[in-house]
Amino acid sequence: MSASVVSVSRVSKHFDSVIAVDDISFDVAAHSTTALLGGNGAGKTTTLSMLLGLLLPTAGSVSVFGVDMLRQRYRVLPRLNFSSPYVDLPRRLTVRENLTVYARLYGIIDIPARIQALAEELQIGRFLNRPYGQLSAGEKTRVVLAKALLNEPELMLLDEPTASLDPDTADYVRGMLEAYRKRTGTTILLASHNMSEVERLCDDVIMLRAGKLVDRGTPAQLLARYGRRNMEEVFIDIARERRLELALDGQQAAKP
Amino acid sequence: MSIMAREHTGFVPSLRRIYALVLRHTYLLRSSGPRILELVYWPTVQMILWGFITVFLVNHSSWIAQASGVLLSGVLLWDVLFRGQLGVSLVFMEEMWSRNLGHLFVSPLRPFELGCALLTMSLIRTLIGVGGAALIAIPLFDFSVFSLGLPLLAFFVNLIVMGWAIGLLVSGIVLRYGLGAESMAWIAIFAVQPISGVYYPIATLPEWLQYVAAILPSSHVFEGMRSVLFDHVFRLDLLLHALLLNALYLTAGFAAFLAFFKVARVRGQLLHVGE
Repeated sequence: MSASVVSVSRVSKHFDSVIAVDDISFDVAAHSTTALLGGNGAGKTTTLSMLLGLLLPTAGSVSVFGVDMLRQRYRVLPRLNFSSPYVDLPRRLTVRENLTVYARLYGIIDIPARIQALAEELQIGRFLNRPYGQLSAGEKTRVVLAKALLNEPELMLLDEPTASLDPDTADYVRGMLEAYRKRTGTTILLASHNMSEVERLCDDVIMLRAGKLVDRGTPAQLLARYGRRNMEEVFIDIARERRLELALDGQQAAKP
Repeated sequence: MSIMAREHTGFVPSLRRIYALVLRHTYLLRSSGPRILELVYWPTVQMILWGFITVFLVNHSSWIAQASGVLLSGVLLWDVLFRGQLGVSLVFMEEMWSRNLGHLFVSPLRPFELGCALLTMSLIRTLIGVGGAALIAIPLFDFSVFSLGLPLLAFFVNLIVMGWAIGLLVSGIVLRYGLGAESMAWIAIFAVQPISGVYYPIATLPEWLQYVAAILPSSHVFEGMRSVLFDHVFRLDLLLHALLLNALYLTAGFAAFLAFFKVARVRGQLLHVGE
């Protein structure tokens, strides 16, 4: 078993009377691609925000690379990056200007060379000099991914990385992430409710429902446990609160 | 080989990261002529208005006749305070409007460094806006605020620092209460205008309000300005009062901004702000 890159211990987040995340604990192994899976309002984005240190938990602790993210996040921020459909880049700046600003924030040494390399990798070269706000949703996603790869992060946190993309662009992004992980050995934690994405990319799945961690395993383990043919069916089982025990009972009953 | 420069992770602010943010807003400014024009527009309109009032009053007011530049100096220096504050608040709100705060604070950028970048951009915007208006006043009204000499630098520094302090406070409030509070950026500063003695001596105020004026750096600056214009005396005591108060104001401004930032982290407002 690889060492943990992310360690979440008994984390809860309350917004007044709303419990967004309820006492969850999990680790993310180095070099893995792990999915936080759950329906709308399951607590995926809230959990990612706490991992990034953008949001302070009501209780519990979060560490990344062994560093307490609540108190010492600046020690590890240069080693990670993220993307989210809920966070934009300045729309009036060109793609090149945006990447230049973030490259400086991350302390990239040879900025033009790094932008050129990412432009080739993500096929964004032809709109480097266009304002970010004038790009299509698919082009914007690729630019935000380029921003997320600027510092060659050892940990990437991706919130719905293919949300609102057409199937072709989504497939391209998944392929790019797969290739990047194989090449660099980076650890990826992604929040998604896209089942095909999870089945294709992830070797570990954390299931959330109403802020609680309700199950965990590899896609193959979850399929077997729930007696389903694909992750979408597993997702629906969990979303509709079909208990694991019932699923297991069903499996037992089905045995000859 | 690492593609990144060696990162220092201590508490010392990084000039590289401050410069990165200044660069971000410089890109924005230079990409839009109307934005630059807007910086100069209001200070110039104000200067022209008070220029004509001065032309009229020079012949109708013995007080103005003694120092004809008192109103124009007042309006230009007031704009240093106003533009200084507005520069901080608008540049910060630009990050909120563009929903960029999440990316910024996942990068190694510290809130204090963001604050320093806001102040730098405020200085640049104020120099463009008020500097432009001051230059236009020379041919238009045969008046140069630069004739105040070195004291002008002391007045400028004190007013812009006070503007920064209020700008940081307003930015923190907007972060905490959302863009619904953005009008604070335009109106907050005017609460101190009547008691700053921009266009009249502090002695004009009721006695109890003079005590309030005494804790405003701006009132000391405008008293000092009139002392230079009417008596040709630079009042060091007023300068020291203003400097001391500004040190407190700026510290309080940064403290408030950082406190509101922490509240935003508790309430999840760094990820969910925008137009």
